[in-house]
Amino acid sequence: MAKLPVQFRLNGSERAGFVDPAGNLLDLLRRGLGDFGPKYGCGQGTCGVCTVLVDSEPQLSCLTLAISCEGKQIETASGMADGPNLHPLQQAFMDNFAAQCGFCTPGMLTAARALLTKNPNPTRDEVVEAISGNICRCTGYEPIIAAILAAAAGGAGMRRA
Amino acid sequence: MARHEGRGMASVNYPIGMNLGGDPSQALIHSNPEGKFTVALSAIDLGQGMKQVSRQIAAETLGVPIEDVFVDTADSDTGPHDMGSFASRGTHRMGNAVIAAAREARGVLLDAAAEELEVNAADLVTDGRGNIHVRGAPSKTITVKATAQAAQFKQGKTIAGRGIFLIPLSAVDAETGEMNPNTAFAHAALVADVSVDDETGEVEVLRMTSAYELGRVINPRMVEQQLVGGAWMGISHALYETPEPYYPNPDHGPRDFNEYLMPGPGDVAPYHVTVLERPAPDGPFGGKGPGEMCANPVLPAIANAVYNAVGVRVDELPITPEKILRGIRANGGVKPGPRRGGPVNWR
Amino acid sequence: MLEMRKEIFADERDDNLNVVGKGVQRQDMPGHVTARTRFFDDHAFDGLLHLKLVRSPHHHARIRSIDVSAAERAPGVKRVLRGADVPVNKNTLLSLINFGKDDEPTLAVDKVRYKGEPVVAILADSEAEALAARKLVRVEYDLLPTVFDVEEALKPGAPVVNETYPGNYFEYHQRFDHQKLRFGDVEAAFARADHVIEHRYQMSPIEHAPTETNGTIAAPDQNGRYLVHSCAQGLFFSLDTTAKIVNVPSNQLHFVGGTVGGGFGGKVDSLTEPLTVLGAMLTGRPVRYVLDREEEMLYGSPRGAERIYVKDGLMRDGRIVARYIRSYFDAGAYTRLSSYAAIKCTAHVPGPYSIPNVASDIYVAYTNRCPSTAMRGFGVTAVDFALECQMDRLAEAANMDPVEFRILNAYRDGDMKPHRRVAKNTALVECVQVAAEKANWPISEQARRASSLTGGGGERAQIPATPLDERGQIGRPDTRNGPATQTLPAGTTRIPLSKQPVFEGARDGKPAPVQVPRYEAPPRQNPPPYDPAIAPPSLQPAYQPAASAPPLPIPPAAPAQPQHGAVRFSSVFGTRRR
Repeated sequence: MAKLPVQFRLNGSERAGFVDPAGNLLDLLRRGLGDFGPKYGCGQGTCGVCTVLVDSEPQLSCLTLAISCEGKQIETASGMADGPNLHPLQQAFMDNFAAQCGFCTPGMLTAARALLTKNPNPTRDEVVEAISGNICRCTGYEPIIAAILAAAAGGAGMRRA
Repeated sequence: MARHEGRGMASVNYPIGMNLGGDPSQALIHSNPEGKFTVALSAIDLGQGMKQVSRQIAAETLGVPIEDVFVDTADSDTGPHDMGSFASRGTHRMGNAVIAAAREARGVLLDAAAEELEVNAADLVTDGRGNIHVRGAPSKTITVKATAQAAQFKQGKTIAGRGIFLIPLSAVDAETGEMNPNTAFAHAALVADVSVDDETGEVEVLRMTSAYELGRVINPRMVEQQLVGGAWMGISHALYETPEPYYPNPDHGPRDFNEYLMPGPGDVAPYHVTVLERPAPDGPFGGKGPGEMCANPVLPAIANAVYNAVGVRVDELPITPEKILRGIRANGGVKPGPRRGGPVNWR
Repeated sequence: MLEMRKEIFADERDDNLNVVGKGVQRQDMPGHVTARTRFFDDHAFDGLLHLKLVRSPHHHARIRSIDVSAAERAPGVKRVLRGADVPVNKNTLLSLINFGKDDEPTLAVDKVRYKGEPVVAILADSEAEALAARKLVRVEYDLLPTVFDVEEALKPGAPVVNETYPGNYFEYHQRFDHQKLRFGDVEAAFARADHVIEHRYQMSPIEHAPTETNGTIAAPDQNGRYLVHSCAQGLFFSLDTTAKIVNVPSNQLHFVGGTVGGGFGGKVDSLTEPLTVLGAMLTGRPVRYVLDREEEMLYGSPRGAERIYVKDGLMRDGRIVARYIRSYFDAGAYTRLSSYAAIKCTAHVPGPYSIPNVASDIYVAYTNRCPSTAMRGFGVTAVDFALECQMDRLAEAANMDPVEFRILNAYRDGDMKPHRRVAKNTALVECVQVAAEKANWPISEQARRASSLTGGGGERAQIPATPLDERGQIGRPDTRNGPATQTLPAGTTRIPLSKQPVFEGARDGKPAPVQVPRYEAPPRQNPPPYDPAIAPPSLQPAYQPAASAPPLPIPPAAPAQPQHGAVRFSSVFGTRRR
């Protein structure tokens, strides 16, 4: 099958790859470009562990055609920290013990980051809504909700996105 | 239409480790020349915190700061044999193996320090901050780092330890079921408050209050993780989850997360846990293990609360709206039970 | 919210510790929040092949023919595997500890026993090509009758699910179709009880649903070895299972894992490791086999459903005097770990209560569904649901508050458990008291004063005279309701106490430093040991071993001396036959 070229910025760096016309962004990121931050959980858009930001919008990379990302800005949890300095959401997840197995964490952080970019001071209901597409099987969600609210209270949304 | 509140409780115990023993765990510990320790295991961390539990137990036993210990698991080339992470066995079985290995390594460490200080190793103590000194004479001291360097480059000593923990396998009597099952048991009691909608049959868990006895708590934040996450799973088992909704009929099973129901982040019930510690005589620092039991009391407590709310016993899980509505109809209406106590003593 | 109650049992602890007991940060948390944590699938390999399975569309069918010729010619396909390609194509997980017979193929050969059973494996350059080739495999089946209900499966004439166990039950001790528990005389106690209450409970099957599905990457490594990135919950468990099935020495396999995206018991079965390693061996290429979500949901082994009947004898004052439990584990088509869970369940009966007469019959039944396996609380969660719902009913029948009722019947230090061992280190009473207090559920002064440390032992430490029976002999369903055959005298134990843990360290002969902070419990005053010399004389006939002739030879009795080290399960259950 003929491959198509695609080029975009990934976590601030210019990246390119060749993909099947029907290839999804998740496979390109993981197998093509070696960013293992986004995970495979269902391939059906039902679990959220593959969530990435495409031009600051949260998207399920398993349902996103790779070629549709030409020229866009892709951000994943792998690029969230500013060098050695954690993003406030990352710090809040640590402080609140908001991860156990850690498999849903990159997607959760990305969904939360999208929320705080748009809405720096969300209510609890707005946090719940923002992560309602992300499944966590370990934590019971409460520590994750608490972490996002704590990051918001610390001004995470306004300081950096 | 009306909502009816109800309250139910359950109490349980839970066996720690493979029921009949015969499930060994091994650990290896060694120091680098600066007194920084690596714990090599083949245990599995699937979120429960195996790495950190082993790390804290190793640091405590070695008598060194937690930052000076890292756990490397699981690589079959470097980590010695372990049965695995299941049956709530990790903390108890591996924790004991780590203590055994750390004791041996600590013995060499103190021998090396004794040689440098020209004292008897039996008179040495560690302060947990990276120093070794003579008991009652804090000025007679040497750092763990200097000790490790002396051991490596001067004395020719290996600061290392091997550990295994094995409860021997027990037989089972065919006619009576007599056996030597687990030696450590954890305990719990849980009170669930629910609200049942008599028109839709839906159950909302309003709040839960529990007390868990887990032996020595190795890390309270991680215990909280387990108990809170496990209680969520208990609610899920009680009210939502099934791959065969008409069991034993195998049809109409869910294929994905759209069809397999679980409570989402908006369905979380406020939950208060009190933890008691009655140390297990054979546990690491008395530790047991909360990994599996944290969902167990939730299921019956919710079922009993539903009965208290509307008078319907649902004896087949999950407790679906359909079963509740059929029960109310069969009873000729809602039959609430007695009120049990007042508002909870926590917020 | 978590609250520690340090004052309870404080005299049994030394809390002077540096880091144990402190809520310090997890070692793995920085990796989790920076997405640097590497799970099994987070490894790149050049030339990676993808493995996909052709699975049975039928619950139970004979395989008439398998035609893979078109699939083998399909674009990108490098290899197609059938049962004949698997070196040791029959296994049972617990064969590693010699418990049970090999009963499950890696790829089905003659028949399929559940919908979704693996039949053919396809290895291709891409997942899409493997999936396309999957449609080209032609398998012809002759449908067979099915059985899905555990009690139907045990009836004479039911379709045979798994020919290794032709009665559709796991065989215990080469004698019985179930595991027994007998302690005291439940029938006599039921006859004396003020109320006899019996109910049926049904646990649902449950999917583990870890966010990371099961999977493996295996790659040829240096020196003829294979590097295996595994999500197994037991690294060596999976390594040894794989080594057996692909028939290589264990040191040819280098398993790397330990960081797993949730398991809950669903990653104990080595669902993907053996075929992935076999694929890497036969193609010389790295192979990736990851269950998709639908496979994980439908064919990743679930928590088995258990059906539980609880029958209790209750006195008006709220004391439970007898409990009988009959329970059925639904193993699905193959044993996996259900056989072990039934033993664990037997040890758990009758729950954390002190009841003088207890019996149970726990069956593991085979049905035409996906094999079930371990899940969080395996062998206990379902029976706890049954027991605690039943306790609520009993409290109501005794006209007692459910909290008071639990405290009245709670087991305490020194009580004899029905598996004939004394309870120690108990704390149920305190948990119930604290939960009630925090929930603002008022209890009586008497219940508040109760303690796990007092009220146990004495009469409650006795082993009662126990009627025995030969019900449920293998191959003889007619014996299921047989009468008692003889009575085991009070005080009898037949299994040696063998629970002295082996705890090695400092084996170099050096004394362990005295200040090692290993927890040592302060000495406690235990109840006096039971002395059979002062036991009341039994009116029952003395125990005669093996009075009735069973259809199969009885294995020798358990050795009377304590056991050490690597005791084989064959000596425990006597069920190993390859």
